[in-house]
Amino acid sequence: MTMKTVFKKTSGLTDKPTHYCPGCTHGVIHRLVGEVLEEMDILEDTIGVASVGCSVLSYEYFNCDMTQAAHGRAPAVATGVKRVLPNRFVFTYQGDGDLASIGISEVIHAAARGENITVIFVNNAIYGMTGGQMAPTTLIGQKTATTPFGRDVSIQGSPIKVCEMISTLDGAAYIERVSAHDVPHIQKVKKAIRKAFETQKKGLGFSLIEVLSTCPTNWGLDPAESLDWVKDNMVPVYPLGVYKNKEGVK
Amino acid sequence: MGKVLMKGNEVIAEAAVHAGCKYFFGYPITPQSELVAYMARRLPEAGGVFLQAESEIAAINMVYGAAGTGVRVMTSSSSPGFSLKQEGISYLVGSELPAVICNIVRGGPGLGNIQPAQSDYFQVTKGGGHGDYNIPVLAPASLQEIVELTQDAFDIADRYRTPVILMGDGMLGQMMEPVEFGERSETEQFKKEWATTGTRGDGGPKIITSLELDAESLEERNRNLQRKFARIKENEVRYETYLIDDADYIMVAFGTVARITLNAINKARREGVKVGLIRPISLWPFPEKPFIETRGRVKGFISVEMSAGQMIEDIRLAVNGFAPVDFFGRTGGVVPTQEEIYDKIMSVAGGVTV
Repeated sequence: MTMKTVFKKTSGLTDKPTHYCPGCTHGVIHRLVGEVLEEMDILEDTIGVASVGCSVLSYEYFNCDMTQAAHGRAPAVATGVKRVLPNRFVFTYQGDGDLASIGISEVIHAAARGENITVIFVNNAIYGMTGGQMAPTTLIGQKTATTPFGRDVSIQGSPIKVCEMISTLDGAAYIERVSAHDVPHIQKVKKAIRKAFETQKKGLGFSLIEVLSTCPTNWGLDPAESLDWVKDNMVPVYPLGVYKNKEGVK
Repeated sequence: MGKVLMKGNEVIAEAAVHAGCKYFFGYPITPQSELVAYMARRLPEAGGVFLQAESEIAAINMVYGAAGTGVRVMTSSSSPGFSLKQEGISYLVGSELPAVICNIVRGGPGLGNIQPAQSDYFQVTKGGGHGDYNIPVLAPASLQEIVELTQDAFDIADRYRTPVILMGDGMLGQMMEPVEFGERSETEQFKKEWATTGTRGDGGPKIITSLELDAESLEERNRNLQRKFARIKENEVRYETYLIDDADYIMVAFGTVARITLNAINKARREGVKVGLIRPISLWPFPEKPFIETRGRVKGFISVEMSAGQMIEDIRLAVNGFAPVDFFGRTGGVVPTQEEIYDKIMSVAGGVTV
């Protein structure tokens, strides 16, 4: 009797076990990116750019050519790759400290140039790798290692809303915010990632998918509580939806 | 192709194109802006890409991305902008990516000014960024030499998978001289199997990274880097000497300062003072050989620099106490004159007090 394969791991990921904490949604988001690359049959034509932070080792997990960028500079590195190889797919995978703090300039200018790359922006409102410090996306009142009394607008200012900001730029072609906090939303994450790579395939310009994500370790919550925390606290501040779809990509 | 009259900054750019560089990522800064503007016109017609980055930081990281695909790529800047590139240069070294970075040095520290200087010597020859490393540094003294050394810079970069720095001062960038762009007969072929261009047809993912979390593994990587630096020291030393065989005193100068010093030497020779010149062309690796070979017969050395005295430290290491090492320098963008260098020679070597 032959068994029918009903599910298998995507060829978009290597067999290397990930180092992510239990309950962290990086693993889910990695898999979705891998599945999209596999389904579009572009794994062999893709160069990924890993950033600095928890996902720095993503270059060991994505099953395509990978390069590792300095903190915040992934969109600049991706620009260098794409300008030499305009017919390849180029994506960056960045967290909120990397993209929205130290790398905000690089992502804004890559978008403004209409750089034909895809940015996967994983926002969990905190620095994970360095031990739970405030990020630009940390919520008002949220306690972190560097906001022990909660983020105070009068001291640390307000969260940066990346999709809202980037979508004002003419070079931005597809900008969407999604969330990885439950199965229906995870399916939307995959659709969004697919649309971003389709945008790149059509040569329409810059695409960015912001994925609201968890950090149970640094939030001090268990995995299930963390998913609820995204839904209850992050989604109201960071509304989900398509912020830019310049060419009506479906 | 005959001789053409060009500005130094443009010669660097055209020489890079002749060396097969088709990609340039830069940011405007005086006194090297002509280089960027030349590339903006020239590269599209050469079938390449010029991109003005939003900052020097972005530019060097675009270079990192392009270098990872295996093409010849370049950026250029001047002192304050070059400082901003240091993190990216350290990453290029750590990830073993070839690239050429030009630094047309101006007066510092801080914003300083836009006049010629050599005060980034420490920065370019002693690593400059974080981590244990050195980078080959070539310092041309004439526009024709720029043509040769720019080609050499790209070859060295590919041969050793390392960034290479081309260092000039603002004077070299701004001056005009006739140059000839000869085609090189022998072209070394460089295979770049490590390049990340997509895995189609090459059997599996490649990774470019400078990260190595395990201490023992990183130490091994660092040992490999040190072995590479040792090979560069063995093979890539460049220098020129002038009248050192009978010299009692030897001047040491590089770049445009060496040309002014040469004139001062000729004047002193006419006065009967036996003085010669060592002109380091590779600032790293520093040419130790002529200092070792002249031990025992030279009464002293004089370093002439457009800085408060930086190369003098390398000279002292090479001389190793066998002779006194004197210094004459101007800073802040002041170019030393032939007369003041001559006076320095005479005060040290001529037995006269000036």
